[in-house]
Amino acid sequence: MAIDAGGTANEEGTNRRATRSLTPKAVTALSLLGLLVIWWVVAVIADSRVLPTPPAVFDAFWRDAATGELWFHLAMTLMRVFFAFVAAMVIGSAIGIALGISREANRFFDPWLILFLNIPALVVIVLAYIWFGLNEVAAIGAIAVNKIPNVVVTMREGARALDRDLTEMAEVYRFGAMKRLRHVVLPQLQPYFAAASRSGLALIWKIALVVELLGRSDGVGFQINLYFQLFDVAGILAYTLAFVAVMLLIELLIVQPLEAHATRWRRT
Amino acid sequence: MAPNLRHETNITAPTNASRPLRVSITGKTFEGADGVLVHAIEDIAFEAPAGSFTTLIGPSGCGKTTALRIVLGLDRHFEGGVSRPDPDGRIAAVFQEPRLLPWRTVEQNIRLALSAAVEGENLDDLFAIVGLSEMRGRFPTELSLGLARRVALARAFAIRPSLLLLDEPFVSLDEMTATRLRRLLIEVWSARRTTALMVTHNLREAVHLSDRIIFLTERPSTVRGVHVIDQPRNERDAEWREAETRRIADKFSGVL
Repeated sequence: MAIDAGGTANEEGTNRRATRSLTPKAVTALSLLGLLVIWWVVAVIADSRVLPTPPAVFDAFWRDAATGELWFHLAMTLMRVFFAFVAAMVIGSAIGIALGISREANRFFDPWLILFLNIPALVVIVLAYIWFGLNEVAAIGAIAVNKIPNVVVTMREGARALDRDLTEMAEVYRFGAMKRLRHVVLPQLQPYFAAASRSGLALIWKIALVVELLGRSDGVGFQINLYFQLFDVAGILAYTLAFVAVMLLIELLIVQPLEAHATRWRRT
Repeated sequence: MAPNLRHETNITAPTNASRPLRVSITGKTFEGADGVLVHAIEDIAFEAPAGSFTTLIGPSGCGKTTALRIVLGLDRHFEGGVSRPDPDGRIAAVFQEPRLLPWRTVEQNIRLALSAAVEGENLDDLFAIVGLSEMRGRFPTELSLGLARRVALARAFAIRPSLLLLDEPFVSLDEMTATRLRRLLIEVWSARRTTALMVTHNLREAVHLSDRIIFLTERPSTVRGVHVIDQPRNERDAEWREAETRRIADKFSGVL
């Protein structure tokens, strides 16, 4: 369905507006198509090796997909993103909630937080490799450490906004610690957790690529470095778009359904 | 016929109720928003007999909600003491706002308040009495304020409290809904005879519901007088309530 017409025909104004405006999905498709057209036109005009046309990028994609190489590197990066994401969300949430609840703890640790927020990702990665060696744990740890301060800040905000009325209700009705956490605290933190996850996934995979480029011998970051040496822009774009597509699928198939389930109580 | 509200295993209920609620708050100050110390309560002392319905009434800001929070145990920084009817028994509260968990259904909201031992118990009778049978699976965000307050009442009675505290439980409802809910409260409360303490600034509401009305002065509040109502609740029709309200208003003209 491309056009949002019908149904509201009894209201003339609504109807007129509806036939003219497109559905959000159609707008998204149109917008992406526009971007593709611009790329294509510019690439044809430039006619240069450093800006390949969409078909050239697809050829590069197909070349590595057929050998299975692309899937292997995608999987390696995805594995690192997954573990770093889980570690960052768990550790960051725990610290963030603690700082949001305890004013004293927050006063003491706030300078640390500002420090970590401002350490460049590259420095964390390089130091992790020097201190812990060129291994998987150092790589995943470095990605997580880069993300943790952001999670802490968001979750601290959430913990500060906890509803006092509900806390009192839970006390009067003698909710135990687990009940309180599951039914009172966590649902209130859910929007903050969702926000941290969203920005987290985007940030983590970008950092994962740098980590791979600097000290791993597989993954999308490693491949992009390789194609950089070969000056193969089509290969670089093929890997980038493939991974963006994977992240979009995760967003559409996992993140959004989960969020819809968690917020089903909201009045629409 | 109304389903029986009393629980078979709750044999101790009548004896629990034999002890009165004794409140003696001899001083309460707190720091206001601007850092200035507020002397909220000078001296509020009273005894609510077991199984009675007592109402604290007074001008807004007189510290009646503060007194209720002290009885609830939510505020422990005060001078004096509170002796509850049953130290081990449960206390239920109906707050000014329904205070339901918006992300849990009506039924979950009530079940969560139950102790682990009776968590799975059958609530059909309770839902039938409060008229929420059709609403069990709804989320509070889908309910009107009147219905949400019904859920809050149901939750309070579901735990079989030895003490029930109500803080302006029907405030900001239209008069018809409020009256309907007051009747419901009387019906459920009469079946249980839980010692109840309510706070309100609505004299008509107090006249409708209580056995005893305690009048408080402005801040720092003290007890100005006590009015006992003997009229059985089923004989308190609108006309009688109107007359009684006027009688009390004359008697305590300086207070209200």
